[in-house]
Amino acid sequence: MTALARLHGVEKFYAKGSQKVHVLSELDLEIPSGDFLALMGPSGSGKTTLLNLLGGLDRPSGGSVEVGGHRIDQLSNSGLAKWRARHVGFVFQFYNLMPVLTAERNVELPLLLTRLSRAQRRERAQIALSVVGLADRVTHYPSELSGGQQQRVAIARAIVSDPDLLLCDEPTGDLDRDTADEIMGLLQVLNRDHGKTIVMVTHDPRAAEYAKRTLNLDKGRLNLKAAA
Amino acid sequence: MKYLYFVWKNLGRKKVRTTLTILSILVAFILYGLLGSLKLAFTVGADIVGANRLVTINKISLILSQPESYAARIAQIEGVKDVAHANWFGAYYQDKKNQFAQFAVNPDAWFNVYSELILPEEQFKAWRQDRIGAVVGEKLAARFGWKVGDRIPLISTIHRHGGDYRWEFVIDGIFSAENKRVDTSNMLFRYDYFDEARDWGKGEIGWIVFTIDDPARAAGVAKQIDDMFTNSPAETRTSTEQAFAESFVKQFGDIGLIVSLILTAVFFTMLLVSGNTMAQSVRERIPELAVLKTIGFGDFTMLALVLAEALLIALLGALIGLGVSAVAVQGIAAAISGFLPGLAFTPAMFAQGLGYAVLFGLLAGLMPALQAMRLSIANALSRH
Repeated sequence: MTALARLHGVEKFYAKGSQKVHVLSELDLEIPSGDFLALMGPSGSGKTTLLNLLGGLDRPSGGSVEVGGHRIDQLSNSGLAKWRARHVGFVFQFYNLMPVLTAERNVELPLLLTRLSRAQRRERAQIALSVVGLADRVTHYPSELSGGQQQRVAIARAIVSDPDLLLCDEPTGDLDRDTADEIMGLLQVLNRDHGKTIVMVTHDPRAAEYAKRTLNLDKGRLNLKAAA
Repeated sequence: MKYLYFVWKNLGRKKVRTTLTILSILVAFILYGLLGSLKLAFTVGADIVGANRLVTINKISLILSQPESYAARIAQIEGVKDVAHANWFGAYYQDKKNQFAQFAVNPDAWFNVYSELILPEEQFKAWRQDRIGAVVGEKLAARFGWKVGDRIPLISTIHRHGGDYRWEFVIDGIFSAENKRVDTSNMLFRYDYFDEARDWGKGEIGWIVFTIDDPARAAGVAKQIDDMFTNSPAETRTSTEQAFAESFVKQFGDIGLIVSLILTAVFFTMLLVSGNTMAQSVRERIPELAVLKTIGFGDFTMLALVLAEALLIALLGALIGLGVSAVAVQGIAAAISGFLPGLAFTPAMFAQGLGYAVLFGLLAGLMPALQAMRLSIANALSRH
């Protein structure tokens, strides 16, 4: 299986006064295309930082990050923005939907960056909402949806531009057990049936069970915990 | 355009705050419209005067007179074309609140100098043959419903004839002008009748207005005239009609400066209010803005989105404010046309107002827009 993402010798540190605080140290990681990887570890272990580096939201202090054949650590800010729009979908713990937009308009947002017409954008947004099981909620505002439904809208927004990679930061962290299972089942379907490569940060061992493999981060270093 | 819906919806996020901000901008632009119209009304005379017209007044003050003979002496100076003179009559019609300007003039000379005034030839002919005849501007005729042939009694606050302040005139004509900003809210009547009938001041005129061949020689001609009357009982001060009109307006104070200062203060305050509101609005949405950047919105798109919000608020407030002031000025102008004939809200003022609105929006939105543009995604998301 070809690697979708390769991280080599990645370091990330922050300056705190005169001190350097290391978050990630000499990290090597290869993520095959079609993988469903769960990243676990205690708070402050660098999970979200690693996810941010994979999604081009942050830059490493050292080493290289290659995703889909692009050295994203070398891209300019505008190059990174364009790359994210085409290749990555993000799902957050708190959904982060725009409260003033309907579900359909929220899902349409990433498509505003394309040359698609309004009708084409609308059609694709509706398809994405169908995939997550919310075809009948297109005109609802986030405040009119349950937590689980809001997370489904967020997932639809993440997949609407058909990215290769889905990055999920605690996608079930704000949901009850049953809803969390539904969301994880949905991510599993996207991975298994739609071929999306998924990297998910989670504290929840039950959510991690849906992944093909789990890596444990501790003090900025990776340990293989389980493999599918 | 595809972002317009998104920008519009963001404005509706805090409806009360957006409405109050738009209202404050609206008030600023109403003030801009009203005060700008007032400024225009006071300077309209200075704006539309002929470049080749000069005015000679008594050196001490405009209200002091000079001998009528001065006009003939000025007419003999090389380069001077047509010479007219006028006296301020200071009368009202029926009631003291019905004030308007009346000038005693020589008909032919006056219309030669003010060639922009249009009077039908047959009416001009009738006026020449009628010693108590007068011609009125079309705005004045419309104001009192006067028509040719009407007899109008006026009460002068300055001049009597036979001990009586009451004078009677017959309207022989109604004059107009192609340029609608030219004042047609005054009345002209014959100097020969006035001079013969008045109880005092015979042979004295208020001011002399004349045209010259070459506007470039205005300063030289003016000096020649004033030198000619030096050490006479009535020394003169000659200037271009524009300078004369401006000094006339400045009798009321420097209206332009006052209006500009008020508007600057208003706009500066509104800029601070709107800028602060925009900044607050962006601060509240930092996680959302970070999400937009996460899904691929570039730095300049973020800058443009926030600027577009500020522009939309400014343009909404400005358009409503300019519209309200246009309607208000129209109403006020109709009510006080006798006192302030040039009061008008012009398309140029509207266009300038929109220009200010764009500038206002860009300035109010600039700092928050830069903040959105420079937003660090990782830092912003970690605040959530």
